[in-house]
Amino acid sequence: MARGVPGGARERWRLLGGTRGIDFIAWLVTLLAALSVLVVTVWVVVELWQRSKLSRQAFGLRFLLDHVWDPVFGHFGALPFVYGTLVTSALAMLIAVPLGVGAAIFLAELAPRGLSDTLTFLIELLAAVPSVVLGLVGIFVVVPWVRTSLGPVLKDLFGFTPLFQGPIYGVGFLTAGLVLAIMVLPFIVSISREVLLSVPNDLREGALALGSTHWESTWKVVVPTAGTGILGSIFLGLARALGETMAVSMVIGGTPQVAASLFAPGYSIASVIADQFVEATGDLFRQSLVELGLVLFGITILLHAVARLLVHATARKARGAA
Amino acid sequence: MNAVMSLATALCALVAVVPLLFVLGLLVVKGASSLNLAFFTKLPVPVGETGGGIANAIVGSGQLLLLAAVFGVPLGVLGGIYLSEFGGWGVPFLVRYAADLLVTVPSIVIGIFAYAVVVLPVGHFSALAGGFALGVMLLPIVVTNTEQFLRTVPVWLREGSLALGAGHWKTIVSVVVPTALQGILTGILLALARVAGETAPLIFTAFNNAYWNRGWNQPISSLPYMIWIYGISAYDDWHRMAWAAALVLLALVLLVNVLARLVLARRMATRRAV
Repeated sequence: MARGVPGGARERWRLLGGTRGIDFIAWLVTLLAALSVLVVTVWVVVELWQRSKLSRQAFGLRFLLDHVWDPVFGHFGALPFVYGTLVTSALAMLIAVPLGVGAAIFLAELAPRGLSDTLTFLIELLAAVPSVVLGLVGIFVVVPWVRTSLGPVLKDLFGFTPLFQGPIYGVGFLTAGLVLAIMVLPFIVSISREVLLSVPNDLREGALALGSTHWESTWKVVVPTAGTGILGSIFLGLARALGETMAVSMVIGGTPQVAASLFAPGYSIASVIADQFVEATGDLFRQSLVELGLVLFGITILLHAVARLLVHATARKARGAA
Repeated sequence: MNAVMSLATALCALVAVVPLLFVLGLLVVKGASSLNLAFFTKLPVPVGETGGGIANAIVGSGQLLLLAAVFGVPLGVLGGIYLSEFGGWGVPFLVRYAADLLVTVPSIVIGIFAYAVVVLPVGHFSALAGGFALGVMLLPIVVTNTEQFLRTVPVWLREGSLALGAGHWKTIVSVVVPTALQGILTGILLALARVAGETAPLIFTAFNNAYWNRGWNQPISSLPYMIWIYGISAYDDWHRMAWAAALVLLALVLLVNVLARLVLARRMATRRAV
């Protein structure tokens, strides 16, 4: 978004106003309000850390590598959930990234302006669809479709690999990955398109002047220039996919296991918290679920930081080139 | 090559548009027939009985959003004012980063947070806890939106007001905020529409209630929760209700989104004209 106020002018106006009397109170009140965001963020981390103390002490780092989740005997390992989260998210990205980047290239570079705006509007509306609604569609449409149509076809084609073996229940990693792909697609399209549009026109014109075709200038000049930014959009989409709860919990099958086959039912970090937190009996059980939340939060922070860096880097590069 | 790649990428764009249209069409086909007066005015009935509605969930969602707005909007708008009008270097950077991060935090984690902060001390699920969870999600969105819209107000408006002898705060309240007000309000509406569809933070905060809500300190039902529970149930009657409830929720959310975008687009157009 264009900044209406350049930095220098902003500084000047800040000094002009001074901060005395009512202005001082206003400054203080708004400062406290702004700080509340910071406080809440830190508070979330502190609560997660403290409320998972029992679990952290009981299992240590083995928590992440243990594949047994047995509430009855009070033995908790996170591996099936970490595995499920990673597999479903990876699958979602595998589907959504080529589609999303392709769509973004079309919308930013090739489509006429009016068509591009309309399509982008519709795609961005998809991001507003509540995940529980997509979950509902997942249960009643995607699950049967995978069971009767997609699954058998994949099994015929690739049944010799361990990825597509075993019975096809409909619910499972594959279905969750498909639903997640739909959820992250609008983010990838929308951000990638913005990044592509921010590439200065001189570059396109230069490439065209040197005799390249429209597509060559797009693919060899514009896309590489926007590359890191597009990568950033992918990481942001990934952060979404990892944390998505409802839609995944409704179609993944709710079975804590590490299975090679994508047809197998599994579980993810977010969905096991959603399913078991209310009924969790005993402190260790509940604290193990909180620790899962902590793990999820940690992964999200990491991805988010990387994504931000990449998007900023592209924005700077584009400004530098302009 | 040009034509081939144009076609291929156009196909990608088409595939990206299809899910929305498909979901919309499906919800209308599956849900519209269950919509009647009783659906909006009656309480849910036990499995096996026909009829009944989800009035309590609609009212409950409204109440939760109201609570979320009470928690999130004043703090968010004031925080946004700070970032745009008073901010220097250190604090705004940290706050912006925290807001950005808080938006990305999985909503289920916000649910755990609200559970730890509100439900545990009180000892039971409550509308307050659910509203708090949604408010925590609302806060960073409102802060960011408010700052962005305030930043579009030209600096000469501020200087004009200051030159006339108005103080800093007076200028913000009577010149800067009114100029950006439409944008700020639209941003708040969009943020509310976004948290209105959240289920995960409500599961162990607001929980559920099969009857009318009996107070802010009691469990309360909500549209998304209802869709979830009815959707994963084993009863056809409940599935029908879930589809209809999903149609209502989606229609509301999309309506707000479309209207907000129209308002914002018009704002941009008038700014360009000026």
